[in-house]
Amino acid sequence: MLWNTVLLALREIRRNVMRSFLTILGIVIGVGAVITMVTIGGGATLQVQQQISSMGSNLLMVSPGKRLGPGQSSGNVAFKEADAEAIIREISSIAAVAPVSSQSIQAIFGNQNWTTQVTGSDNQYFHVTNRTVGTGRQFSESELRAGAAVCIIGDTVRKKLFGGQDVLGEKIRLQKLSCEVIGLLEGKGQSSMGMDQDDVVVVPLRTLQRRITGNQDVGLIQVSVQQGASTDKAQQDIAKLMRERRHLAPSDDDNFHVMDMKEISKMLTGTTELLTALLSAVAAVSLLVGGIGIMNIMLVSVTERTREIGVRLAIGAMEREVLMQFLVEAVVLSSLGGLIGIVLALVSSVWLAGVLRVPFVFNGPIVFVSFLFSAAVGMIFGYFPALKAARLDPIEALRHE
Amino acid sequence: MIADAHLNDVGSGSRIIEFKGVTKVYGKGYATVEALRGVDLSIDEGEFVAIMGPSGSGKSTCMNILGCLDMPTAGTYMFRDVDVGGLTRNQRALLRRHYQGFIFQGYNLLSRTSALENVELPLLYRGAGAHERRDRAMEALETVGLKGWESHTPGELSGGQQQRVAIARAIVTGPAVLLADEPTGNLDTARSREIMDVLTDLNREGGITIVMITHEPDMAVYAKRQVHFRDGLVESDALNGGAR
Ligand SMILES: Nc1ncnc2c1ncn2[C@@H]1O[C@H](COP(=O)(O)OP(=O)(O)O)[C@@H](O)[C@H]1O
Ligand SMILES: [Mg+2]
Repeated sequence: MLWNTVLLALREIRRNVMRSFLTILGIVIGVGAVITMVTIGGGATLQVQQQISSMGSNLLMVSPGKRLGPGQSSGNVAFKEADAEAIIREISSIAAVAPVSSQSIQAIFGNQNWTTQVTGSDNQYFHVTNRTVGTGRQFSESELRAGAAVCIIGDTVRKKLFGGQDVLGEKIRLQKLSCEVIGLLEGKGQSSMGMDQDDVVVVPLRTLQRRITGNQDVGLIQVSVQQGASTDKAQQDIAKLMRERRHLAPSDDDNFHVMDMKEISKMLTGTTELLTALLSAVAAVSLLVGGIGIMNIMLVSVTERTREIGVRLAIGAMEREVLMQFLVEAVVLSSLGGLIGIVLALVSSVWLAGVLRVPFVFNGPIVFVSFLFSAAVGMIFGYFPALKAARLDPIEALRHE
Repeated sequence: MIADAHLNDVGSGSRIIEFKGVTKVYGKGYATVEALRGVDLSIDEGEFVAIMGPSGSGKSTCMNILGCLDMPTAGTYMFRDVDVGGLTRNQRALLRRHYQGFIFQGYNLLSRTSALENVELPLLYRGAGAHERRDRAMEALETVGLKGWESHTPGELSGGQQQRVAIARAIVTGPAVLLADEPTGNLDTARSREIMDVLTDLNREGGITIVMITHEPDMAVYAKRQVHFRDGLVESDALNGGAR
């Protein structure tokens, strides 16, 4: 009987294809949007996590100000190169330290130009960030000391400025500085939320300080803790050292911040997760609107088919059988919307993942839950119209119109 | 099912329908209409009764009560051994499903649905399998002379053919009684006579009890008995002496 009812419902839906489609459009869009949001959000989160783990779990970042990110106070006291040197000298569990300063600058080669992140550091930078110079070489001691006009570029910068051409020995211009390309970074092949890790030019720290920023400041100290040593301990040691160097009284708060990978990871994935949750909530509301659309059309359908309902009641259909018929119709309709939404979501997720360059991760549970939800929407919003149909007086119904 | 157990006692005595002092009052207060004012009427198995009378005399009201679609305000209605007044809405639905067939003036077929599917409909509610439904529906369509028309929708059939589909739908479950409210009301004389021939055959060969409302004396003569209503009361009740 239930199967027959489902077949009956499908026939009823087929009879009015256009209207049925418009009825379920809300559900299609709702389910499609929810799944797409969650899938893309999940891909982005996974990518951030992958990137962080590719940096190694023993990385610490020391930044001026209380916290990294929004709400940073302006009166920050910047680090100097000596702070980085002190860390490696004073704390035994540290493997490498790289002082880093960056600025966004337009790089020019011939008639090509490309705005990129110019990072000033030393050879420890490659160690700490887990990167290698693929072709060419690292900086020499004298280049670092003198602040020579040399640079090592990432693959994205190479592509944008040089295309297929050889790069070693060529000179690119960074503002007034003309510097020779001495190396090419091995590609990381990943990007997160428009943050391309190969979109970078590395120059000696002194070069950046003297020729570009014009000050002695170090924006960030990246620290690599020795394998097997406790990062928590290192974190505490660094904090203690920095407090001493900055002459903070015991009652003063830290005016710098030491972050470990867990914290960095939380900060980065936290943003994507919040965004995903917000967008999904908006999408869920559209599911609700879709449900109201179904209720609306089911009420119209009950009115239109009043005589049919009268006939069914007259030939011996019981209240609950008529109720079931309309309820099943609503559920089949909304589930159909759910299915179309799922297909649509998978197609658009794969496409969007490609465009946004995040991995596509199939999220089974959310697909399943969305489908159940769409069926539930049909059940809830179809109930009232179905009850209305079942409660009709057969005599009145047969006399209708 | 309680309802089914109850209905198993319906039996098959010779008396199928018995009205005793049935009244029906519509509305409340000053706006009441007394559609039936104490109707006594008994119908035996195998009868073919024509109910006649002027418009507003209570024929349809009587038919609705006969078909358990409506309940008397007062009086008793016995269907075989069952007091219909004591049945719930669901039990009355089951009684209709198993023992009664309906034919309406306006056919009331499902539009854009083939003749076969229309006829199968009552069997669907009896839980018959697809094969049984199909076979019995085909048989019923053949009985009303519509073999070969099973895949046509009502829109593709003439009025007379549509009414014959409706008759097939009413008889497909093998009901004890056929209730028809002005079945020829929308048809011309020739088509009406065809319908009456089908009904007469069903009554003679199939032994189905038929109660039919009509205001056309030409059609009433097909019945074995004529009951005349006037102002909510039975005015006359007589056998058709040797008609047809
Ligand atoms: N649902 C109803 N509400 C109020 N009055 C009704 C209703 N149905 C029928 N009546 C009244 O009951 C009387 C009998 O109607 P009906 O049984 O339809 O007569 P007939 O079928 O013989 O023409 C009429 O006066 C009619 O107006
Ligand atoms: Mg009438």
